[in-house]
Amino acid sequence: MTRRVIFLLAGLGAVLLGLPSFANNYVLSVATLFLFFAYAGQAWNIMMGFAGQLSLGHSLYLGIGGYAAAALYFHYGIAPWAGLWFSIVLCMLIGASMGALAFRYGVSGVYFTLLTIAFAEFTRIGFDHFDWVGGSGGMFLRVGQRDHVDLFNLRGTPAMFYYVILALAAAAFALSAWLLRSRAGYYWQAIRENEDAAQALGINTFRWKILAVVISAAMTALAGVFSAFYYNNLFPEQLFHINRSIEIILGPIIGGIGTLFGPILGAALLALLADGATELVGALGWEVPGVKQLIYGVVLFVVVTFLPHGVWPVLARKLKAIK
Amino acid sequence: MSIDLIGIANVVIAGVLAGLVYGLMSLGLSVIFGVARVVNFAHGEMMTIAMYLTVVLFAALDLDPFLAVLPLAAVFLAFGYALQATIINPFVTRPAHSQFMLLLAIAVIMTNLLLIVFGPDARSIRLDYLLESIELGPLLIDRGRLYAALVAVVASTTLFGYFRFTRTGTAIRACADNWLGARVVGLDVKRLYALAFGLGAACVAVAGCMMSLLIDVTPALGPAYTLLAFVIVIVGGLGSMSGALLGGVLIGVSESLAGLFFTPSAKSMVSFALLILVLLIRPRGLLGNKS
Repeated sequence: MTRRVIFLLAGLGAVLLGLPSFANNYVLSVATLFLFFAYAGQAWNIMMGFAGQLSLGHSLYLGIGGYAAAALYFHYGIAPWAGLWFSIVLCMLIGASMGALAFRYGVSGVYFTLLTIAFAEFTRIGFDHFDWVGGSGGMFLRVGQRDHVDLFNLRGTPAMFYYVILALAAAAFALSAWLLRSRAGYYWQAIRENEDAAQALGINTFRWKILAVVISAAMTALAGVFSAFYYNNLFPEQLFHINRSIEIILGPIIGGIGTLFGPILGAALLALLADGATELVGALGWEVPGVKQLIYGVVLFVVVTFLPHGVWPVLARKLKAIK
Repeated sequence: MSIDLIGIANVVIAGVLAGLVYGLMSLGLSVIFGVARVVNFAHGEMMTIAMYLTVVLFAALDLDPFLAVLPLAAVFLAFGYALQATIINPFVTRPAHSQFMLLLAIAVIMTNLLLIVFGPDARSIRLDYLLESIELGPLLIDRGRLYAALVAVVASTTLFGYFRFTRTGTAIRACADNWLGARVVGLDVKRLYALAFGLGAACVAVAGCMMSLLIDVTPALGPAYTLLAFVIVIVGGLGSMSGALLGGVLIGVSESLAGLFFTPSAKSMVSFALLILVLLIRPRGLLGNKS
């Protein structure tokens, strides 16, 4: 890493660490949402950006992860710090079996993407009729005391949730940076660029692709646990919906697929955009459902058409040019 | 027991009739993918737009949906042609995920424009002459479904004939079979792609027109029908025209049987289970080619 990048990271880290001391609750909630999508985008990016496997069904892991930990807490009083391991293992197993089925039977490209959607949708409708976790009526966790921090039970102040997701996002960034320079990272990139050639070189593409799915699923499961205990309510139509999958992938796509900073930059741009759009829509008096999503759609369209590699590569070139 | 069998027969007939309309919608998706190699992720959204246009034309001008079919198909043909020629054609050589995102963006824009213009409430069309069912012995056939299915069959047959017997249709098929070969013999591939997208959009318009007789329309229908179209096309075989119709009928019947035996809200679960099975066991679909 160049010194410029280290300075950039240190500055960003300092601002993010100090944020709760000077920001109000609204700013903190926007920042929490930004970090949530930076984290989830980083998780998705490992599978698509590094290994080239396009998933449009990541809401599956978000939902399973969230529901598993929440149900253990709700029914048996098992605290989330213990329940999250169950969520992670469950999602790893699901990811591994789905990946194994798909890759064993040669499902690739568009078909693989559709398979991920099919699994997520199948599960969404299944959970609508799964009464043990409340079915389509949803499951609600008891809201704890807002001023008392209880990290093991994930009950506490907005600042606590903010620091939890900040730590997760930082860890995801570090893990991605390490993975990208590891043996797995190089194998994944070889598979992404040309799978046949990678196989011809003796890379066990089956095993490495599964690894990418499993890591991505495990990370997304944690995002689900966070989301469940942050919002305290879970609905299949919310957590498993394809719109969640789309939201997860927007950040990395806008920021730059396959890059380390892309998911973070994309999530930040989206958070600013969402906030700006809310302000603009309010100021103009256009408070009709759909306006915000329309703006998302237009931005996605513009980025895909004019910046096919995302914003980060362009910005990185600018940063290099300055020195 | 005999009453049950008649009940089941009625449900199967209703499923077949709705399935033919599904089939026509999916035929559009299959043509677009088969020729232009574009994964039209805005397919259900396009159909929802056609449904709204049908509803609006009926409410404002009292235009019968069966008469609205032709003008709507013409408008969608032009719209699809323009969309492919201007926006999508530059994406033909880009990676698959890039195309996917483009169409996804278009789909999001379409759904939310509909939501802004028409609001979230459901709208429907009631035609008096469709209210009475046809009695065929012990069987009851819904008139609206029957006519809608007939229109779908006529439209599909016309499209089959176009691809089989006209010069342009043959050229489009050549494009689908061998893109490079088609260019070598001097075909304007980009124009034929645009035409194929237009024809696919016209199928969607006719299907949307007919769907507005079967179900109420809301802006949120789009994604669900995009997925349904993909399920059908993959079950039938992506790129196979007769496969799309067969897949439509299969899904139509399985949906209505699932509604009868389980609960109507779980009906698409059966479709997705079917999709997962087909993807894993026979990825090219029931009638798909090897390649």
